[in-house]
Amino acid sequence: MPEIYDNGTEIEVKNLNLWYGDNHALHDISIDIPKNSVTAFIGPSGCGKSTFLRCFNRMNDLIPNCRIEGHVSIDQEDIYAKETDVVDLRKRVGMVFQKPNPFPMSIFDNIAYGPKIHGMGKKEMPRIVEHALKSGALWEETSDRLDTSALDLSGGQQQRLCIARTLAVKPEVILFDEPCSALDPISTGKIEDLIMELKKDYTIVIVTHNMQQAARISDYTAFFLLGDLIEFGKTNQIFENPQQKETEDYITGRFG
Amino acid sequence: MYSNAKINEKIAFGLLKIATGMVVAFVLVILYYIISNGYSAISLDFITEMPRNRMTEGGIYPAIMGTTYLIIGSMAVALPLGMLSAIYLTEYAKPSKTTWAIEMAISNLAGTPSVVFGLFGLAMFVKYLGFGPSILSASLTLALLILPVIIRASQEALLTVPKEYREASLALGVTKWETIRRVVLPAAIPGMITGAILSIGRVAGETAPILLTGAAYFLPRLPDSIYSEFMALPYHLYVLATSGTSIAQTRPIQYGTALILLIIVLCVNLVAVTLRTHYRNKLKR
Repeated sequence: MPEIYDNGTEIEVKNLNLWYGDNHALHDISIDIPKNSVTAFIGPSGCGKSTFLRCFNRMNDLIPNCRIEGHVSIDQEDIYAKETDVVDLRKRVGMVFQKPNPFPMSIFDNIAYGPKIHGMGKKEMPRIVEHALKSGALWEETSDRLDTSALDLSGGQQQRLCIARTLAVKPEVILFDEPCSALDPISTGKIEDLIMELKKDYTIVIVTHNMQQAARISDYTAFFLLGDLIEFGKTNQIFENPQQKETEDYITGRFG
Repeated sequence: MYSNAKINEKIAFGLLKIATGMVVAFVLVILYYIISNGYSAISLDFITEMPRNRMTEGGIYPAIMGTTYLIIGSMAVALPLGMLSAIYLTEYAKPSKTTWAIEMAISNLAGTPSVVFGLFGLAMFVKYLGFGPSILSASLTLALLILPVIIRASQEALLTVPKEYREASLALGVTKWETIRRVVLPAAIPGMITGAILSIGRVAGETAPILLTGAAYFLPRLPDSIYSEFMALPYHLYVLATSGTSIAQTRPIQYGTALILLIIVLCVNLVAVTLRTHYRNKLKR
């Protein structure tokens, strides 16, 4: 499956296996994810796509009894090597979660949280916050109330805030774990537009339940089933001309 | 026509109402009893003067100050210690036999009679460490007594902080400690203060532990250091009500002392509740 991409490869996975205790959740997965493009992971619930996504910023480390074997490198750096600093890795690989999860703080403080801890000065903060909110397509709605609670925003606004919060840390890669599943169609549309905009500067991997969403916004699509990577390729090829029977069945809605 | 389920519901609600009503009634009766009997004793002199004439006259100033010192002293020790160990146990300690043993020890400590703490304080602080019968020994003993309450309340508070906050912070490349300090603790502080509120009443009211570790029968002066003996309200009340020859004569002073004790606990709790509301509002802002 290795492929030469125009923009180069960002994430390289070789023979990755993952266990939760005795449960072998991901089977021998190898995939190359291209730079500055949107790659979608699709598949039915429980197929391991979210688990796989969480291998890229090592969020699975937080789960007791989770064991990983295999090789994952991001920008040619082995992220499971002994000398890898997980904290640094997560600065480089941001994540947006399924449920919008702003901190119980003001909009400003939510964005400033990461940069502040990573040592940015107070003076630069207003500029950093403005820039992040603009990149997150939230500046126009919130510029006049930055000191109000982020919890007063609507669900869609909260999710864009979470994206802006991630951008403020200046990652290379952004992982989206079903970012629109809790949102209405209009908010979903805004987030999709934003993701397509962001791929100019970032490598994006998105897990989605929604096949239309994958078809609309992604350049590449990977189909997972029961812990196996069944098929990976250009999105239009996966949707128009799937090579595997399981992929075709899923895409045409025969199961899932 | 009522169905069985509806009748059952009425009976259940009725029982709940009666139970709640009885609790409220008891509290009101106790309050009324103490206030009506102690009211006459309360005056500015009562709270600012030393006891006189074998404690049958004068005020209870040294006992008020003694109890205040005990609250401050034991809180200063137990709050940081309890909160920090709760953070360790909840956020860092991996489930193991040792962790299990520690949790069990805390639960058992919570159920230990206070006089046992008093004996331990006597052996450990008064004798072995040589602090003597003193404010220091008594505060440390009381701190141990309330430690389990503070640890438990703090653990509960930490566990209610949504997992999403922690994930969000960690995913931004923030260390675990910074995550705890900047996101988890601010969200857990109100619950932790609840533990403190519960403890203040206990510290102010306990008699057995301080009896063994430094409370004086009668002391016509204020303690001059943390190594001094002291008077305290609950013990003073006990002394007035049970020993001496003028028990009937000092009745108003006894109730007055009880009333002052209640007022002190109430005031300290009000401060704590205000603090808790402040932190809660900060989260909503």
